[in-house]
Amino acid sequence: MTQQTLDHAAAAPAVASGKLSLGRSRVRAAWIFLAPMLLVLLLVAGWPLARTIYFGFTDADLSDIANYEFIGFANYLEYDDGEWYGLLVDPDWWNAVRNTLVFAFISVSLETALGLIIALALNASFPGRSILRAAVLIPWAIPTVVSAKMWGWMLHDQFGVLNDMLMGLGILSQPVAWTADPQLAMAAVIMVDVWKTTPFMALLILAGLQMLPSDCYEAARVDGVHPVKVFFRITLPLIRPAIMVAVIFRLLDALRIFDLIYVLTSNSTDTMSMSVYARQQLVDFQAVGYGSAASTLLFMVIAVLTVVYIVGGKVNLGEGNR
Amino acid sequence: MRRLALKGAFALLLVAIVLFAVFPFYYAIVSSFKTGSELFRVDYFPFSWNWSNYAAVFEQQPFARNIANSVAVAAAVVALSLFLGLTGAYALGRVKFRGRGILLLTILGVSMFPQVAVLSGMFEMIRFFGLYNNLVGLILANMILTLPFTVWVLTTFMRELPVELEEAALVDGASPWVIVTQVFMPLMWPAMVTTGLLAFIAAWNEFLFALTFTLTNDQRTVPVAIALITGASEKELPWGNIMAASIIVTVPIIVLVLIFQRKIVSGLTAGAVKG
Repeated sequence: MTQQTLDHAAAAPAVASGKLSLGRSRVRAAWIFLAPMLLVLLLVAGWPLARTIYFGFTDADLSDIANYEFIGFANYLEYDDGEWYGLLVDPDWWNAVRNTLVFAFISVSLETALGLIIALALNASFPGRSILRAAVLIPWAIPTVVSAKMWGWMLHDQFGVLNDMLMGLGILSQPVAWTADPQLAMAAVIMVDVWKTTPFMALLILAGLQMLPSDCYEAARVDGVHPVKVFFRITLPLIRPAIMVAVIFRLLDALRIFDLIYVLTSNSTDTMSMSVYARQQLVDFQAVGYGSAASTLLFMVIAVLTVVYIVGGKVNLGEGNR
Repeated sequence: MRRLALKGAFALLLVAIVLFAVFPFYYAIVSSFKTGSELFRVDYFPFSWNWSNYAAVFEQQPFARNIANSVAVAAAVVALSLFLGLTGAYALGRVKFRGRGILLLTILGVSMFPQVAVLSGMFEMIRFFGLYNNLVGLILANMILTLPFTVWVLTTFMRELPVELEEAALVDGASPWVIVTQVFMPLMWPAMVTTGLLAFIAAWNEFLFALTFTLTNDQRTVPVAIALITGASEKELPWGNIMAASIIVTVPIIVLVLIFQRKIVSGLTAGAVKG
């Protein structure tokens, strides 16, 4: 509707060229403005992705990336001499898939629960609230590599402060090797990720909380409804959309995790994620073809989830309101 | 009485939240001032201000060069993203044309790309352009992280601006370029500061591309340099140096974030951008 008024207003000085051609020249200008951005996106996203998918069907090698042969689906699955080969029967790949799913599910659940608590606390009014809000942003601001190193030191098996604290509290009787113990390494990774990304969760949920209408709460207060009931009957249903958006974003982010795991536990199989696995194949083992196949599978998983989210979540693209 | 207990519990919760958020950073500061065998003892409070770790960080590797690299890459990425984002956002936010919705969806889709999915294709391209072990290659690669959300957030802001402004300029016969630079840009500054900061932080923190596309110490950015600090043997990491380096690169970011915290929060929630 606003578009129409704009065209009417613009029609006055443009009598000679006429309204139609003005609209057309506007669209042409729009494409000229879009071109550089689209070109860069095509160069850094479209083309490399297409090449990665293609490499997945070849036997390319990192040391000589220009020479390769097309080998079909052999990187994914191949039957040769009575045995199956390829990514889909590689136990290390499935181990990475399992690790990634375990990591994503547990860390995002914990972050949502803690983020909700922090958001509710930040939504209350108390002296020093802005200090608290600033403090909560600190973990988010620290580079992932740096937080992995900071925690790597805190989790140190001999001199780590976490062992010292837990032993001081009597929870541990002797120091544990957080990042080296196969039973604990994943827990350590999840702990650091929860610390790092809960603020993001809390801030998104807080934004949702601050948009809630106050009249429901006044009505509930007048009727003397118990606060716990108010939370579960009013607050939670109303902020569910905000929480869902935050959860999806975090989930997609968690599924592609690389930095934290690579720096905290390097290429250990106990914590290896799909991204770490793909990079290890690509760079450390120089198997560009095989690594690209793994990258493609990870991309497919995330693409399917993204489409489900965009279709299911009915993301507002602004087509309707302007 | 019950009220008081509740208040106490709430205060306790707040203290717990602050400790949870700040302690690792605080402990890194304490550790960064400890040398030698002092590191093998757990201390909760700083007892000396020994700056030797900080000096060692710069002596034992080209850390100043690494910082300069990171600043250069991040600044170039911010400038490029803002320019391309602003022009793109004008087209996507102000002009109605066929295929706009699909374009916006595609751009949102690109922000979900796992970095590793473009790694081999990007490696080949960077080799092709002769940009391996070169900061220009890193700038190019980082655009995939920053451009989608810059376009997305700027489009959202651009859409909110009143239509009368543009009408007035059109009546005066202004070209689209003049409209973007003279009419919209002055109004877009808050949004550009927000998205610029988020892009700067994303480029400053980027690790996978920087690790894969650089080879020598003097081309590395800060995250890679910190990740690769090693001691005499694998078992003896120089934790004091690592903590000092971590503090050096984190303090500027934290200061930025604290100064612009309102803008950052609004930017994060406006685009629901990835953390």
